[in-house]
Amino acid sequence: MSNIRVLVGTRKGAFILTSDGARKRWKVSGPEFAGWEIYHMKGSPADPNRIYASQTSAWFGQILQRSDDGGKTWNTPGSSPEELKSADGMPKGESNKFVYDSSPGTGKPLTTHQWYDGTQHPWEFKRVWHLEPSLDNPDHVYAGVEDAALFESKDGGKSWHELAGLRGSDTGPKWQPGAGGMCLHTILLDPKDQQRIFIAISAAGTFRTNDAGRSWKPINRGLHSQYIPDPTAEVGHCVHRIAMHRSRPSTLFMQKHWDVMRSDDAGDSWKEVSGNLPTDFGFPIDVHAHEPETIYVVPIKSDSEHYPPKGRLRVYRSRTGGNEWEALTKGLPQRNCYVNVLRDAMSVDSLEPCGVYFGTTGGQIYASTNAGDSWKPIVRDLPAVLSVEVETLP
Amino acid sequence: MIRVVLPPHLRMLARVDGEVELEVKGAVTQRSVLNTLEVRYPMLRGTIRDHVTRLRRPMVRFFVCGEDLSHESPDAPLPDAIAKGSEPFLIIGAIAGG
Repeated sequence: MSNIRVLVGTRKGAFILTSDGARKRWKVSGPEFAGWEIYHMKGSPADPNRIYASQTSAWFGQILQRSDDGGKTWNTPGSSPEELKSADGMPKGESNKFVYDSSPGTGKPLTTHQWYDGTQHPWEFKRVWHLEPSLDNPDHVYAGVEDAALFESKDGGKSWHELAGLRGSDTGPKWQPGAGGMCLHTILLDPKDQQRIFIAISAAGTFRTNDAGRSWKPINRGLHSQYIPDPTAEVGHCVHRIAMHRSRPSTLFMQKHWDVMRSDDAGDSWKEVSGNLPTDFGFPIDVHAHEPETIYVVPIKSDSEHYPPKGRLRVYRSRTGGNEWEALTKGLPQRNCYVNVLRDAMSVDSLEPCGVYFGTTGGQIYASTNAGDSWKPIVRDLPAVLSVEVETLP
Repeated sequence: MIRVVLPPHLRMLARVDGEVELEVKGAVTQRSVLNTLEVRYPMLRGTIRDHVTRLRRPMVRFFVCGEDLSHESPDAPLPDAIAKGSEPFLIIGAIAGG
């Protein structure tokens, strides 16, 4: 029988929740890295023992952690004794060294981005928001960072280099930070074409590469954002999350700042599918593991009132790829609930029926073992949840 | 031996309890102490000083014998009390809440 491992990043450490395939009894372990912000953890699809974690602090910066035994032990890659010394006697440990590419070959032109007041501002690395291990090599992993850029490691996280074609594109000076910072938060790898990657940035929009990251194209046609001077601009949209089903990598779903969108041409054009949602503001969006047209969102009241409408926590499911939505309420608090669900805090397993999981800023992890029909909390009182990823283990 | 006191977050990262003792070769300065610290505990690289500029991170300060030396030259000699190990070199993070 398969096992389930839920990786939870919180404001004050990491937690791992495990269960057998029945998904009824859960073991909660943690906190690991107590007191640090864990923006994201994700396991390698190619190796169930390999997990990457982004550990951050405003005081002490970025740490990259790696586990090679399914989360039992952790290390900062490249820190073993035999890997330490460089020629000058200093440690080589560079697993937390994220330096924007300024080399003549690939890092030019070195752009600036737009600051809150409209002036241009240099890129300044702050943290890793999202780690995306490649589909077939546990040592190959991508990192989406703030200020927005995409980094890649091909040595298990020991060293990182920027895929500078994204940041250096001619739209870079128009990107701007949202309230949460200017973050690259979503990385989708096309399972049918290793050269094709989709990423999303708040607040710039969605971008696609067809050549493994060397060149990038903004793909935001059809987005309409009232909160920017040109609502249909090429870039500047606050995309909160995009998702795909691995069987249909040209169909993308998007939760934008406001609006739920879909594209059926790999992002070349988008149409709104908010339909009968009570509000189309929100953060996460995800796709059922076995039904490519079944998608989930968590409507939030507004961009300043970051809690569910009327204090009722409801996941909305569409079985038609958008437009027609049903409220999923069974087992979720339907009064006095004022938590938020952040963009990386929803995930699905691949069991039958599909399991759906999400975490809240109130520290609850809710799970559904029947594709959203009903929900139960796995744990109720963790620190504010930043991210949830689920691994279905053999 | 040079005694170094790390803030709790970095003690956790370096997997040490209490003070760290270091043997520093040559002149005892902020730079030589931190270089030696990072050789011994490479996971601390980038957490106290920026990887590239080697400048102190903004929310980290260095205290010695009751004085704030955060803004002194990293190559200025540290007091004898540090070199002899009678006083620790304190690395302190800004006071945190939340």
